[in-house]
Amino acid sequence: MDLFEYQGKQYFAKFGIPVSAGDVAHTVDEAIAIAERVGYPVVVKAQVQVGGRGKAGGIKLANDKAEVQTHATNILGMDIKGHVVKRVWVECASDIAEEYYASFTLDRAAKQHLLMLSAQGGVDIEEVAAKDPTAIVKLHVNPIVGIDAAVAKKAAADARIPAKAQDGVADILVKLYDCFVKGDCDLAEINPLILKPTGEVHALDAKVSLDGNALFRHPEWEAFRATEELDDRERLAREKDLQYIGLDGSVGIIANGAGLAMSTLDVVNQVGGKAANFLDIGGGANAELMTAALEVINFDTKVKSIFINIFGGITRGEEVAKGIVEAMRRVELRAPIVIRLDGTNADQGRAILAEAGIPSSKLMSKPTMLEAARAAVDIANGKVG
Amino acid sequence: MAIFVNEHTKVIVQGLTGGQGKFHGLRNRAYGTKVVAGVTPGKGGQDVEGIPVFDSVADAVKATGADASFVAVPPKAAPAAILEAAAAGVGFVVCITEGIPAQDEARVYATLKRDYPRTRLLGPNCPGIISPGRCNIGITAGEIAHEPTPGGKNVGIVSRSGTLTYQALFELKQQGIGVTTCVGIGGDPVPGTSFVDCLAEFQKDPETSAILMIGEIGGSAEEEAAEFIKANVTKPMSAYIAGVTAPAGKKMGHAGAIVSGGKGTAQGKMDALRAAGVKVGANPTEAGQLMAQIIASLG
Ligand SMILES: Nc1ncnc2c1ncn2[C@@H]1O[C@H](COP(=O)(O)OP(=O)(O)OP(=O)(O)O)[C@@H](O)[C@H]1O
Ligand SMILES: [Mg+2]
Repeated sequence: MDLFEYQGKQYFAKFGIPVSAGDVAHTVDEAIAIAERVGYPVVVKAQVQVGGRGKAGGIKLANDKAEVQTHATNILGMDIKGHVVKRVWVECASDIAEEYYASFTLDRAAKQHLLMLSAQGGVDIEEVAAKDPTAIVKLHVNPIVGIDAAVAKKAAADARIPAKAQDGVADILVKLYDCFVKGDCDLAEINPLILKPTGEVHALDAKVSLDGNALFRHPEWEAFRATEELDDRERLAREKDLQYIGLDGSVGIIANGAGLAMSTLDVVNQVGGKAANFLDIGGGANAELMTAALEVINFDTKVKSIFINIFGGITRGEEVAKGIVEAMRRVELRAPIVIRLDGTNADQGRAILAEAGIPSSKLMSKPTMLEAARAAVDIANGKVG
Repeated sequence: MAIFVNEHTKVIVQGLTGGQGKFHGLRNRAYGTKVVAGVTPGKGGQDVEGIPVFDSVADAVKATGADASFVAVPPKAAPAAILEAAAAGVGFVVCITEGIPAQDEARVYATLKRDYPRTRLLGPNCPGIISPGRCNIGITAGEIAHEPTPGGKNVGIVSRSGTLTYQALFELKQQGIGVTTCVGIGGDPVPGTSFVDCLAEFQKDPETSAILMIGEIGGSAEEEAAEFIKANVTKPMSAYIAGVTAPAGKKMGHAGAIVSGGKGTAQGKMDALRAAGVKVGANPTEAGQLMAQIIASLG
């Protein structure tokens, strides 16, 4: 789960990382009120979950009320790489002497935590990484050892961060690591981490991604879930506890298992179609789940055919079939279903579908994944036959 | 022969008295696996359809001589359960639990490396392992697996995704090809056992003539496997990578881009495997067909 900058900063603050005073605004008037409260100059920052906001014109310095008015008006509603700005964060502007980069992630290949640190932070960090990889220090941290101030300071020195800033950077690194681990982050990134002319080190941006699996020990994350950017289809799926991602094609997809669901998207694409969604119903393909899945797919007006791709392992074919028959009784579908059913008790399942008396214009069964994909794509592309 | 588990493997089920543990533990036993004990703290002395339950893994190991464990407990309890098995000297631990926080997984992995280097963890969040006809630990439906043909050309399977693991077993069964062992390594960020670990074992296993690998987008495990294959694997291979058209994951920070340097896409993974001499299919069926051609060419 990705956080907005303002949420990331609130999260950082809990772990003692210094961030700028500010508040979040949904309207121009709110933005002005915040600016008047925190004092000028302020920076008006677009809150979207994508990098490079500054380069896209979503971050502006404002010296007075009129400038806040202009910038907030321009930025609210702006489209940044497909993300529409619904809120701005208004914070005190900082004097910046230098900009650094710091992040903690999991290095899956090394199976260790990874600190990345650079003295050349700021909006061009990816170019820095590409041109001069040595400008970024990469340090593996053993998850059962952690990082202390001494190791962090050494990393700062290795990254050629000037001596006067090293203690401040080390202090923030230790806190950022604490946030990363105790806060169950997949990513905790500060870019830029700034040195002020006064010598203090301070986080000017926050990119935080939380590990959804750790939700059970973070009841406070509920507030973050409430602002997640979901389209209507995704919201409905979330309510029904389904793994769903909306796409823009016309073949609705239901599969069991994330791998098979991905594979289903691939095969639909290979035979010339486009998937309307990714939907993994997991292990239990019973009537409840099937009904919920079909309701979500049915909600999508672009769907012209529905491809159900089930491989029964533990899930038994007859259960899947009963689930589909029952679901079709409950939901009036806008598009026909093509099903491929294999694995445990698939024969029984196909027999149940055949005996249900559903016309083939509404439900057809195909023996393989490829044939089913072709049939579903033909229908979606208007080549019924 | 088979890798990691065979007809002699004695298995305990941690969480045998729970829903998942009971369901799969009994299915594994019905398949012929030697399921010798269950472990549930506080329920020692009970039994589940004749399988004795112990309070701790140590007790269970002492009483039964078990050398493998099947961890089927919820995410909150799974990390401690894995470490308990390792501490009791269990050499092979299969954890099917889905939803363990990545931070916990990283700590478990590091602890195993430091304190219990002789224990191999498979998973978490994996379907398990099956050596058809010999041993099945986990959630794979045994009947979809083709037993190895004695003296024939048999295949080892290693896969990162659950249902695609079954799909792979199914494809080979359709082709009449026997399987020595099918390992589902799971798709979590810190898997205990990697593609490379399995490839190394299959390369050594005299009964395995060829290897089928199923990967998916994300991470760099397939790229690492490709490098290993180039240098160490002489047995022929086919593969499938899921997710060519998968929606790009939202990427917001820069860390991912700096670290991955272009790795992680399905196309990149397929290219790396092809460059290592692996025959890559566009879908699971094609990967199965390619494997059938490989087996036929081995005569
Ligand atoms: N409070 C502030 N005071 C002064 N300058 C700021 C402030 N906030 C941001 N800036 C300037 O704007 C630049 C971009 O801001 P920020 O890093 O928050 O957004 P971004 O462009 O989305 O970042 P990224 O490229 O890392 O995704 C900073 O590098 C900094 O120079
Ligand atoms: Mg930034």
